[in-house]
Amino acid sequence: MTDQLLKIRGLKIEGRSDETWNPIINGVDLDLKKGEVLGLIGESGAGKSTIGLAAMGFTRDGVRISEGSVVFDGVDLVTASAKVKRGLLGKRIAYVAQSAAASFNPAHRIIDQHTEAPTQHHVMSRAESTADGIELYRKLRLPDPENIGFRYPHQVSGGQLQRAMTAMAMSCRPDLIIFDEPTTALDVTTQIEVLAAIREIVEEYDTAAIYITHDLAVVAQMADTIKVLLRGDEVEEADTRTMLSAPTQDYTKSLWAVRSFERPRKPAVVSGAVPVVSVRKIQASYGKIKVLHDVSFDIHAGRTVAVVGESGSGKSTVARCITGLLPPSVGEIAFDGDVLPGDYRKRPKDQLRQAQMIYQMADTALNPRKTIGQIIGRPVQFYTGLTGSDRRRRVDELLNQIELEPSEYFNRLPSELSGGQKQRIGIARALAAEPKFIICDEVTSALDQLVAEGILRLLADLQDKLGLSYMFITHDLATVRAIADEVVVMKEGRVVEQGEKTAMFLPPHHAYTDLLLSSVPEMDPDWLDNLLTERGIDNIGDAAVDKM
Amino acid sequence: MDTVLRIILQRLALGLVTLLVVSIVIFVAVNLLPGDFAELILGQGSTPEAVASIRRDLGLDQPMVARYFQWLSGMVTGDLGTSFAQLNFQTNLGGAGGVTVIEQIAPRFSNTLFLAGVTAMIAVPISLILGVLAALYRNSAFDKATNIFTLSSVSSPEFFMAYLLILFLAVLNPILPSLSNIYDGMAFSDRLNKSLLPALTLTLVVMAQMMRMTRAAIINLLASPYIEMARLKGISPIRVIVRHALPNALAPIITVIALNLAYLITGVVVVEVVFVYPGIGQLFVDSVKIRDIPVVQACCLIFAAAYILLNLTADILAIISNPRLRHPK
Repeated sequence: MTDQLLKIRGLKIEGRSDETWNPIINGVDLDLKKGEVLGLIGESGAGKSTIGLAAMGFTRDGVRISEGSVVFDGVDLVTASAKVKRGLLGKRIAYVAQSAAASFNPAHRIIDQHTEAPTQHHVMSRAESTADGIELYRKLRLPDPENIGFRYPHQVSGGQLQRAMTAMAMSCRPDLIIFDEPTTALDVTTQIEVLAAIREIVEEYDTAAIYITHDLAVVAQMADTIKVLLRGDEVEEADTRTMLSAPTQDYTKSLWAVRSFERPRKPAVVSGAVPVVSVRKIQASYGKIKVLHDVSFDIHAGRTVAVVGESGSGKSTVARCITGLLPPSVGEIAFDGDVLPGDYRKRPKDQLRQAQMIYQMADTALNPRKTIGQIIGRPVQFYTGLTGSDRRRRVDELLNQIELEPSEYFNRLPSELSGGQKQRIGIARALAAEPKFIICDEVTSALDQLVAEGILRLLADLQDKLGLSYMFITHDLATVRAIADEVVVMKEGRVVEQGEKTAMFLPPHHAYTDLLLSSVPEMDPDWLDNLLTERGIDNIGDAAVDKM
Repeated sequence: MDTVLRIILQRLALGLVTLLVVSIVIFVAVNLLPGDFAELILGQGSTPEAVASIRRDLGLDQPMVARYFQWLSGMVTGDLGTSFAQLNFQTNLGGAGGVTVIEQIAPRFSNTLFLAGVTAMIAVPISLILGVLAALYRNSAFDKATNIFTLSSVSSPEFFMAYLLILFLAVLNPILPSLSNIYDGMAFSDRLNKSLLPALTLTLVVMAQMMRMTRAAIINLLASPYIEMARLKGISPIRVIVRHALPNALAPIITVIALNLAYLITGVVVVEVVFVYPGIGQLFVDSVKIRDIPVVQACCLIFAAAYILLNLTADILAIISNPRLRHPK
């Protein structure tokens, strides 16, 4: 067993809440050989990150390892002194965090952060490490590798930072790297570049890795073996191909099945019908920067239009124009055929009532000091004028519609709800106004797949019952496939392609739509290889340069 | 760098506007003080004619708005007027021979700046170091002891701390002089020696806030992902704090330092009195007593300018400490 690198036995971890210690991880075993990549998957709260950090002998504040051992190359990190652990961290075990933007220190240049571990651990001199960093940046296909390190983190894009962080983790040539959701915060097209770069460099230096993610398709590309976790327990572990083709546990099967949700096709729009919302050749700017160029599309009654594109493509700006938060400089928005004033302050209450919004971060969109009853009751009273017991009855009805038991949830605070439940409250609040049209701004992107699927199904049911129209802003094409009737693809403030979903997912595509579609990871372990061969490695490098 | 320059110029202009507004407030407030110089100097038995005559000579009979603009235009040209109390009545009122406000204030103000400077040299480094150490060893005995010490010293009255220091450092152990009667032409080392006790007293007064802000600002950042990243790179705890947390915690610390430095210039009259230190605070209080309006106004304006200038400096330093502004995209 000389090639055994990491051996975790009976790991139990507890977290403190209100003076008591509650179990988070209930005895997990884990083995990792040199050069092996293990994928850890599960929903949020499954304890993936906690295990990842524990594999470095590290726990966050308010978390402790209560039992078990984490033996890295003969050293038990649970009992080792802080000094011994510091000698290993950064040097032999490195970490790549989810958000590179938050994990790079804003006060120092990237290269200075890169050279810190090698110089502090006396692995290399500063000059050697700088030269090595530049070499790594080149290998990771960062644009302008000689100079990019001398910038500050805020001057570099998210995908580039994520690669720079992978380079930083590589700076001491560690034996083990923990990747904690390194691509979750990235756009699909950027994700590909980062995935390819990570995989290549891990293979080149024969580094072992624990790859933590909730995205099955991603882990399928990266890992040799996959371990599935559920609420602190291991569900099953198998090599990647076996796991994908023949999962044995029900829970794993249910994770696999999520992606199959798809709504039945709706009949085509009657020609000549007046659209609920009509966006007509709008242009908009933030200050002097023009962000929308001649955007036009219609949303018909009872239908869902998905607006897709990467971050910065202008998706959310269109929503701001429709709601009147950002009056368009040119063009107009019509509702049921009537042109709306550009500024929401000039719109009558009834027009405001008709269009509602559901936000991406239910956490921040709900007032943490108000109870659920107050959060939903407020728009009920404001828009429909119901008070007292009528208002209460309407709130109960709305809670029933979002499948939450009124008596149980009416007096709760948002902090007492799970992420999916909070998003349901966001939906109920939008429904309270009895709108015809709802803008859903990335409503499922912060949620786990199973929970997200529940939300999508709920939205689909509500649409059938209430005849709602949705504008669905998303960058996730799986969501589009599941719920949309029509698709609008945006890039750099322009609509590059639009049409029926069924037509959109069939070739021929606009080149950009094609790039987006082909970048969505698939549950096939060979997908990334095939894609890279197809596109040609150089293409990815070029794409990175284009992004500059 | 353009953005930074633009912001600095904006702040400077804003500072000037603030100063103008403050000058109005000062002028109105000082003129609302009950009693005036003429009544005070002539005593209770004065005839209304005599009072009116002195008022006329001093220009106090003019309408307030006219006097304000007179004062303002004098100020802009660097003339703060002539002290009422120091006017030379023999050489015709308002004529040559009187002591101008500038002549009267300048030596006092430079003394005050000297004391503030000495205090800052001692207090700022000690507070920063204690704050960093308290953050490093948070919730330890050291942390608690530092907190108790600084909090009790800031909570005690200044004169009490002053007398305690005199007792221990001047009376029981005669190391330092308890009288700080400094004068022009004194050697720098003597001056320093004599200012040390008041400086130490003031250090005890201003240290708590700076130290606690340093500690709080650093601890506030310790949960950020980049601090976790630094720890996961195996960086030593002291380096994590000094190199990774401190640079990002500078803005609030600088602001608190500036506020305390401003206090050292404007609020130290009690300490000056205890140590008989000839600073601007004593001059200010004496001038208010005799309604020597030009001096009072000038002192107020200097205090206001000190506050504005130090806060401006703090703002600018805080801006410069932010790499996003220093290195725009």
